[in-house]
Amino acid sequence: MNNATEKERLLPELTKGFLKENPVLRLVLGTCPTLAVSTTITGALGMGAAVTLVLLCSNAIVSALRRAIPDKVRIPAYITIIATLVTAVQMLVKAFVPAVDATLGIYLPLITVNCIILGRADGYANRHSVSASVLDALGMGAGFTAAIFSIATIREVIGAGRFAGLTLFPSAFAPLIFLLPPGGFFVYGILIAVANKLARRKRKPTGQDSHCAACGVCAGCQKGVEAI
Amino acid sequence: MLFFTAILTGNFVLARFLGICPFLGVSKKIETAVGMSLAVICVMAIATAATYPVNLLLVRNGLAYLQTVVFILMIAALVQLVEIILKRFIPALHRSLGIYLPLITTNCAVLGVVLLNAQRAQSSASYGFGHFMVNSIGAGAGFLLAMVIFASVRQRLEQNDIPAFLQGLPATLIAAALVSLSFLGFGGVVERMFQ
Repeated sequence: MNNATEKERLLPELTKGFLKENPVLRLVLGTCPTLAVSTTITGALGMGAAVTLVLLCSNAIVSALRRAIPDKVRIPAYITIIATLVTAVQMLVKAFVPAVDATLGIYLPLITVNCIILGRADGYANRHSVSASVLDALGMGAGFTAAIFSIATIREVIGAGRFAGLTLFPSAFAPLIFLLPPGGFFVYGILIAVANKLARRKRKPTGQDSHCAACGVCAGCQKGVEAI
Repeated sequence: MLFFTAILTGNFVLARFLGICPFLGVSKKIETAVGMSLAVICVMAIATAATYPVNLLLVRNGLAYLQTVVFILMIAALVQLVEIILKRFIPALHRSLGIYLPLITTNCAVLGVVLLNAQRAQSSASYGFGHFMVNSIGAGAGFLLAMVIFASVRQRLEQNDIPAFLQGLPATLIAAALVSLSFLGFGGVVERMFQ
């Protein structure tokens, strides 16, 4: 029980979210908000912050209650916890940063069904200690924010000629397509390819075609995918 | 008009990015894509019909902030209920749709359409129950259309030679970009049709 080994054990929990198990680029979870709100950097950062906050609270609560929640009803229990947290975050955002609320719109309440949060609750927090779950949430949240930020940077700089609202070059030269849905799919695809390439240097690629299977909600879902 | 907008210009998958997980996950074969989409249409329609009175009740009592919690629980319960009813009375349909049903609870397209309807109910009084049902079924039909088109594109894609670093998801996403581009073209068509 000395401090050094404890630190050595917990540090990877924090850092794995960045590249090795990046939720967006490697595990391919939470694709909907990633594509939808990555047209502006402000929106992407707001989304990243909201998801990280909800993830942090939900991981902590689920981990603290992991012995109290019966296994059979755990998914409905998790969904209720997450939906409550999302509602709280939504009210906070509406009250203090109404501009962000306007940018995120429907995607803010939809954090409830974001696979990253349920996936981490069921796949990690329900069998790890509170401290490890909190670190995992911070790492995963940072990884999500980093990924959505890079997609938004590419889309906003190329598509609108702006960086977080600052004009870099006149938008008349900017191909609008990068702001439209096709551009979102395209940039996301290219970034996954880059992440695969980076990770392949060290080890075999993961996350290929495992979108749904990787999401922890889908105990039933996984069965479904296998059956298909 | 509302129906066609929901299918084409406001397509849930390709224009609003809702329900991307099943869109990428179960679009490998056309049959599974169709099965999943039909299940989504059913659940969307039932969920809209069920949440409409509940939403009225919530708004009237000043509890509109509970929408997310209440709706997600209702959808989860409904999916369970639909599964039980199908299993009991139409086992053949249950066998073909059954495996998709648990997936639907966390499909953000379903919660999305319900929340969008609730928002619209608050912002304008002229929208009624009929509008919402048309909107939901249109959204489901749009999902079906996108899934079927994309599944056929993917089947072609699999026969081709793709550079190793693009294999798997990246190629799928780039294909999705092209399909989405073609849907963008519909925007003009629909506008002309109704003006």
